Amino acid sequence: MPTAKQRFTLAAVAVLVLAAASQAAMAQPRTDLVVGMQLEPPHLDPTAGAAGAIKEVTYANLFEPLLRVNADGALIPALAERWSVSDDGLTYRFTLRPNAKFHDGTTADSADVKFTLDRARAADSVNAQKAYFAPIASVETPDPRSVVVTLSRPDGLFLAHMASGDAAIVAPETAATNKQKPVGTGPFKFDRWVAGDRVVLVRNPDYDGPKPALERVSFRFISDPAAQVAALKAGDVDAFTLFSTYEALPEFRNDPAFKVMVGSTEGETILSTNNARKPFDDVRVRRAMAHAIDRKTLIEGVLYGNGVAIGSHFPPHREGYVDLTGMYPYDPAKAKALLAEAGYPNGFDTTLRLPPPPYARRGGELVAAMLAEVGIRAKIEPVEWAAWLEKTFKGKDYDLTLIAHTEPLDIDIYARPDYYFNYKSERFNALNDELNRTQDQAKRNALYGEEQRVLAEDAVNGFLFMLPSVTVQKANLTGLWVNRPVQANDVTGAAWR
Amino acid sequence: MRMMLRPMKRLPLSLHLGAALTALLVAMALLSLLWTPYPAEQVRVLARLKPPSLEHWLGTDHFGRDVLSMIMVGARNSLAVGAAAVGLGLAAGVPLGLLAAGLGRWGDEVVARLGDLVFAFPAVLSAILLTAVLGAGAVNVVLALALFNAAVLARVTRGAALAVWRRPYVGAALALGRGPLSVTLVHVLPNIAGIVVVQATVLFAVAIVNEAALSYLGLGIQPPSPSWGKMLGDAQTYLFTAPLQAVFPGIAIALCVMGLTMLGDGLRDWLDPRHRSSGVL
Repeated sequence: MPTAKQRFTLAAVAVLVLAAASQAAMAQPRTDLVVGMQLEPPHLDPTAGAAGAIKEVTYANLFEPLLRVNADGALIPALAERWSVSDDGLTYRFTLRPNAKFHDGTTADSADVKFTLDRARAADSVNAQKAYFAPIASVETPDPRSVVVTLSRPDGLFLAHMASGDAAIVAPETAATNKQKPVGTGPFKFDRWVAGDRVVLVRNPDYDGPKPALERVSFRFISDPAAQVAALKAGDVDAFTLFSTYEALPEFRNDPAFKVMVGSTEGETILSTNNARKPFDDVRVRRAMAHAIDRKTLIEGVLYGNGVAIGSHFPPHREGYVDLTGMYPYDPAKAKALLAEAGYPNGFDTTLRLPPPPYARRGGELVAAMLAEVGIRAKIEPVEWAAWLEKTFKGKDYDLTLIAHTEPLDIDIYARPDYYFNYKSERFNALNDELNRTQDQAKRNALYGEEQRVLAEDAVNGFLFMLPSVTVQKANLTGLWVNRPVQANDVTGAAWR
Repeated sequence: MRMMLRPMKRLPLSLHLGAALTALLVAMALLSLLWTPYPAEQVRVLARLKPPSLEHWLGTDHFGRDVLSMIMVGARNSLAVGAAAVGLGLAAGVPLGLLAAGLGRWGDEVVARLGDLVFAFPAVLSAILLTAVLGAGAVNVVLALALFNAAVLARVTRGAALAVWRRPYVGAALALGRGPLSVTLVHVLPNIAGIVVVQATVLFAVAIVNEAALSYLGLGIQPPSPSWGKMLGDAQTYLFTAPLQAVFPGIAIALCVMGLTMLGDGLRDWLDPRHRSSGVL
C-alpha cells in the first residue's frame, strides 16, 4: 500500500505528465477547421444547380474542373495539367494528370471528361450554366489522358467557363448520386452531411497532387446574423466567409484574436429595371433614377462603407474596367427635371421587389427612400428566392428589383434577347459579337470598355456597388481567400500557424 | 353594510389601468397624424444608431431615422391594422354566429365546420400562408387576421346566443308571435353584446401581436411605413452592437398589449353579471 505521501507524489507526477502532453498537443497546429456559411446548399452537385452554396462547399476542395481559378482569379491547372488552344480558337487540347483518381478509387480519365461535357451540353442537361457548353461541337478522346474539344464558334471565355464549378468533372458511375454523396477528384472527400447543420469533408489520402494541411473541414450553416456573430465569438466557427453583418466588423477589427479581410467579389449589385415596361422604356426616366440614387450613402447605409461604387456592369478590379461612376452624379433636382421632361412632373408609382439577402432588403429600403425624394413612389414587395426566380427572373413580370449578379464577367447577359432586363440594343449586340470573335486581350479590354459605356449611357439598370467579400477569421488561420473571383471556399491552402 | 355590498358603480382596477394605457396609445397615434419630432421616414445614414439624446429622445435606428417618430407612427399603423382586423371580424363573425344560433341544425353545422377549418391552423401560421400566396403587405395581413377573428367571434356569438335562445322570455316572445329576426335583434343581441365586446378587445391585442410577428418576419406592413414588428426585426442584427434598438419597439408592443388585455379583463369583470352581483368589487 502506498503511503499518503507516495500517493500525492504519484498524482503530482501524473498531473505534470498530462500537462506536458497537452503542451505538446498545443504546440502542434490544429488540423481541423470549421468554416461558417450563411446558406446551406440544397444539394452537393455543382453540375446540377445554381445555388452558390454548392460551389462554396465543393469547388476545388471536393470537385475539380479541368482547370480552376486561384485566389488571384488566374486560371491554373486542375484535373488537366496542361492545355493548348489552336490559332483559330476552335480546338482545345487538354492533357490530364497521370494519376488522377476519383474518391471511389476509379481512375479519372478522358472518358470521364467526355461524359461530363456531353452530359452538360445534352438537351436534357440540368446544368445551371448550360450556355457555357453551347459552343462545343465535339469532344474526342484520342487516349486516356488527352481530350480534344472542338468549338463551333470562337468563345473568348471558354477556358474561364471550363474552370467554373459548373464544369466540375464527374464520373458516369456516381454522377446520379453526387447530390447526396458527392464523388470528385479533389484533395478532400465527402465525409457526412448533417442536414440543417454542417457538411464535413476529410482529407483524401490518395490525392495525387500536393496534400492539404488540414485533415478535416466542416462547413457550418448559420443563417441568423446575430447567431453568426455569436458563433465567431464563442469559437464555434473558426472563420465566417461572405460575412454580411457589416455593422459588427469594427468590433472584430478591434479584437486581436480575429482578423477581418475585405476583398472583392464578382457581384455587381444593381437595381434591375424592366426596360420593356412603361415608364422605364424611356431612357430619360432611367437616367433620372440614376441621378436620384446617392451611391455613397447607399454603400454607407447597406455595407457600412465596405464596398465600391460602379457606374456600369463591370467590376473595378478586372482588366478592361472603365470608371463611369461620374456619368450620373447624385442630383435630385436634375432627376426631377428629367422626369418632368419625360412627362412625369409628379413622379409615378411603381413596385420594387426584393429577394431575401440583407443587402437587397436594406438596400431596397434606402433606394426606395431616395427615389421617393424625386417623386418616384416605389412600393416594396419582399419575396422569397423561389418566388423571385419564378416571377422576376424567369417570368420577367416586374418593375424594379435589387440583386447582385455574381457570375464572373457576365456583361454578356445584356446581349441575351430573353434576359429579364428586356434590354435590346443593336449597338451592344454588335460589340458583344465582336468580343466573341476577338482573342487579343488588349482588343478585348477595349471592347469591354465600350460595352460598359453603352450600358451606362442607356442607364439600363441602376448600377450601385460591388458586393464585398468579407471574411472574419481567427487571427492565426492562414490561406483563406481575400477576394472571391469565383464562388468558392477553397480550403486546400488553409493552415493554422 | 348591506348597502355597501350591493352592485356598485366601482370599476375594476384593471379597467382603469387598461383604459389609461390604451388612451395614451390612441393619443400618441392621433398626435402622429399632426406632429412627430421628425418625419418618420426621413433617412440620415450618417446619424445612425445614436443612443437617446435631447435631439432624439429614443435615439436613431440603423438608417438614422428618429425612433420616437417611428414608434408614434408605428402605433397608428398597429392600431389601424388591429381595428380593421377586429372590425371586419365583427362584421362577419357576429352575424354568422347569430345566424348559426337562430337557424340551428344544418346552418349551425355549416358555421361550426367553417370555424373548425380556420381553427385547424394557428392564426399566425395561416396568416403566413395567406401572405405567402397573396403577397406581403398590410392589407393581406388584415384579411388574414380578420378571417381568424371572424371565426372566433362567430363561435363566441353562437354559444352566447344559444344560451339566450333557451331563456323562457325568448320562448314567451316567440309564443307571442315574434319572428326569429325580431327575437335576435331585440333579445339576443343586447344580451350578448358585453361578451362580444370583451372578446373583441382581447382579439384586438392578439391582432396587434400577430401583426408585429408578421412584420418582424417581413410579411406585414412594408417600409417606408414604420411598424413595431419590423423595427424589432431590424434590431435583431444589432443585438450585439446596438442592443437599445430592440428595447423601445419591444416596450411599445408590451405596453400596448398589456393595456388592451387589461382593458378586456376589466370590461369582462365589469360587464359579467355574475361578477357584478358578487358584490366583491
